[in-house]
Amino acid sequence: MTNTAPTCSLVIEREMPHPPEKIWRALTQSSLIQEWLMANEFQPAVGHQFSFRATPVPGWNGIIDSKVLLVEPHTRLSYTWASMGLETVVIWTLTPTSAGTHLRMEQSGFPSEEGANYRGAKYGWNNFINKMEKVLGGLQ
Amino acid sequence: MLFPMPAVADHVFKALADPTRRALFERLTRDGEQTVHALTLRAGISQPAVSKHLVILKRAKLVRHRHEGRENHYSARPQALAPLVDWMTLYGAFWQDRFDRLEDLLQRMDK
Repeated sequence: MTNTAPTCSLVIEREMPHPPEKIWRALTQSSLIQEWLMANEFQPAVGHQFSFRATPVPGWNGIIDSKVLLVEPHTRLSYTWASMGLETVVIWTLTPTSAGTHLRMEQSGFPSEEGANYRGAKYGWNNFINKMEKVLGGLQ
Repeated sequence: MLFPMPAVADHVFKALADPTRRALFERLTRDGEQTVHALTLRAGISQPAVSKHLVILKRAKLVRHRHEGRENHYSARPQALAPLVDWMTLYGAFWQDRFDRLEDLLQRMDK
């Protein structure tokens, strides 16, 4: 019997016509983060503990507890993302391109269907990824 | 944001939050139907403990059982994972929306 938790990741990627330095500011300045993500006390310092706060809804207190794991200016940023007993890790990767920046967000540590060989789930995922590609295609 | 889980998903998450139950579920999915006795031999815990875990998996509809002879036979119902997958899809939609908002902000930062 294995004790390793099967987990899976969510990856969202997008090309953005802005330089990495500018996107980095939007990802790491608390007041800017609030404009697109959530209210927060983020500081770009490894080990810093903070929370993201959204409006509470029934069944969710609206609080995400985080801890900064990695700060590589203009390149990589990572923090934990924990709420209601589920802890995941978010990692942002910025890669300069000729047109701007390739921005990638990976959220890992979700309980997974992996190992379960769940065809329905895989179908669902493929379907979702296809839709996402269409959305991304529309943006280019 | 973390999406509140629908009540049906709650049982699935709770059932799979335990590594022993995950291992039992994975084993049934991989190897097909098994008796409680066979599961116990490989689980490294007592038969009553295995049975208790199976009851929780059954409540989440992740396994079903049938009685044959003197044994209970269990098999996996992986389609019960659907709420978990739906919930992950919500997360995808959440981040797509935040990426949109980030792009709006970046546009405004130019001005």
